[in-house]
Amino acid sequence: MSLAIATSSATAQQNWLEKLGAGHIILGAALVLYPLVASDFFLTQIGGYSLIFGMLGLSLMLLAGYGGMVSLAQITVAGIAAYAIAILGNNNSNILGFGWPWWLAVPFALLAAALASALIGWISVRTEGIYTIMITLAIATATYYFAQQNYAIFNGHSGYAGIRAPVFWGVNWRDPRPFYYLCLGLAVLSYAAVLYGSRSTFGMTLQAIRDNPRRMRALGYHVTAHKVFAWLLAGVIAGLAGVLLVWFNGRVSPGTIGVDAAIDVLIIAVIGGLRHPIGPFLGAVVVILMQTFAIDIVGAERFNTLIGMVFLVIVFVSQDGILGLWGRIKPHLAQESLRPGP
Amino acid sequence: MSLLDQPSQSLSSGGMTRRQAWSLVGLLAAAVIAWLVFAVWPDWLNAILISKKAFVSAILNGITLAGLYFLVASGFTLIFGLMRNVNLAHGSLYLLGAYIGYEVTTRTGYWLLGVAAGFAVLAIVGVVMQVFVFRRLEGDDLRQTLVSIGISIVAADLMLAVWAGGTYQITTPEWLDGALTLPIITAVRSNGASVFLTYPLYRVVVLAAAIVIGVGLWLMLHKTRVGMMIRAGVDDRAMLQASGVNVHAVFAIVFAVGAGLAGFAGVVGGSALSVAPGEDVRYLLASLVVVIVGGMGSITGAAIGALLIGLAEQIGLVYFPTYGIVLTFVIMVVTLAVRPQGIMGKAR
Repeated sequence: MSLAIATSSATAQQNWLEKLGAGHIILGAALVLYPLVASDFFLTQIGGYSLIFGMLGLSLMLLAGYGGMVSLAQITVAGIAAYAIAILGNNNSNILGFGWPWWLAVPFALLAAALASALIGWISVRTEGIYTIMITLAIATATYYFAQQNYAIFNGHSGYAGIRAPVFWGVNWRDPRPFYYLCLGLAVLSYAAVLYGSRSTFGMTLQAIRDNPRRMRALGYHVTAHKVFAWLLAGVIAGLAGVLLVWFNGRVSPGTIGVDAAIDVLIIAVIGGLRHPIGPFLGAVVVILMQTFAIDIVGAERFNTLIGMVFLVIVFVSQDGILGLWGRIKPHLAQESLRPGP
Repeated sequence: MSLLDQPSQSLSSGGMTRRQAWSLVGLLAAAVIAWLVFAVWPDWLNAILISKKAFVSAILNGITLAGLYFLVASGFTLIFGLMRNVNLAHGSLYLLGAYIGYEVTTRTGYWLLGVAAGFAVLAIVGVVMQVFVFRRLEGDDLRQTLVSIGISIVAADLMLAVWAGGTYQITTPEWLDGALTLPIITAVRSNGASVFLTYPLYRVVVLAAAIVIGVGLWLMLHKTRVGMMIRAGVDDRAMLQASGVNVHAVFAIVFAVGAGLAGFAGVVGGSALSVAPGEDVRYLLASLVVVIVGGMGSITGAAIGALLIGLAEQIGLVYFPTYGIVLTFVIMVVTLAVRPQGIMGKAR
């Protein structure tokens, strides 16, 4: 009797493992073990930073890949969460700073980000296709200029500084290793949520709307509501990334949400690939490694030319970033291995 | 009974059509504005709106800025309307035009030569971009847009490499310097003498140039054969191609005109304001908002949008300095909420 239960639970476990897939397990193990080999610099500046920007890219991928809405305002949403943390929590800029504890400030920051994202979505889904990119770029740029001009809320040009990651459960989350695991945990959570969500009823409906909005409308689905809800979900992920970003930098200023940053997020997502949630993380690692080490090759000043060129080449060569290239190469490799040796 | 009577009553007894009502509203608004501009203000009005000089200057600055925005945005809207190509490198074209104008003007000493060079070089750049880059990605909106973003990044960085981060000012020739005394009384001195408003001559010339070019564009689009092709292409590109027109030549012409206008605006704007890195983003934002508000592919729409945004920006600058950009933003959101295709845009 007990044996039967044990075997059934064993098969269930096996199914669960199979469902996860070998790739995910290897990747997960590598990421968990990464701190054993990495220095503090590689842990935060490469590891943590890539995960944060990967999450930003993921929020864009959710909208673009499943909803067909390419947004340039994801960094703006993240910035709203970051500013909310600075305003609701503590900062040493002597402006606002309500001093709320982190467990109160973070949910409110996420709420603010999600609502802002839903609002941006509601504005931009009034038109279709390529208009979204224009409207979101206009919103991102306008928000940047507003943050720079306004001193009452955004503290103008200098923004807020002195924002500390919280200390709880006896861990200082600003230390490299805890911060890396915090980023990893939240990134995995968002990744799994997006992957799960894409196969849920809502995810399927959203993809159907992307492919044929008129048909879905005729079938009785509320197209606008589905799209705006997707924006809301993307806003939560971008907001999480924004909270991590402000804890990572310790400060937030208009430069954080500038047009360059907005375009960086798009570059990351496009270089990685917009069809699968892993793409943005891949893109983030590539871009941030380039950002860190290409400076030695081309010099700090001409870095943007290099990244712009890489971006142009990838857009020209592949429909879908590195993932698309991989998808094209993979069949050749498989055939290669099937062939008998010379 | 009374409900049924209402429509016929309003039609017969002094009722107005919708159009008449709107023109009456327009007339009233024009009268109010004319009074605001030409009358000597009573004290209470001065108290509310700071001073008449500030108000009228804001309006005039807004209109001249609108002229500049129109020059930049008209190219953007034509390119989008015809080719469905959101050219996010349009701001870079503006900035490149300004730098080229600066170089030519300072080396030769002829400002007009700088203006011509700004137009000509950028027109060539536009054709090159269309032929070698965008034509390869035809029919793929998203990748065209992404490529234009890539180009704008590289262009911004290379311009930074050549011209560094400094601020330049293109010197205008002497015959454009000086101020114009307008027949607008800003205040009356205690001895009874009226103070007239003076305004830089150059800005008036910019506005005049924008109007001339706007009218010229309108004539080109509506009275010439090429314009006819362009308008046909905006409405239905496939049909135009099917009727034997060399669409690619039309595309190249539109790109040349659009990019050339951006370069022209760069030189003209760089003489009135200044040339510095970051201006590309500013004018890209202006073009985006102008075109979203005015409607895609419409020159008239671009003019209306530019006027709204230019006025909003300058009035915002005077009356609520740190919230000025919000006004622009509100205009955009309201337009999208009420008329998603833009004021003059056609529903597709």
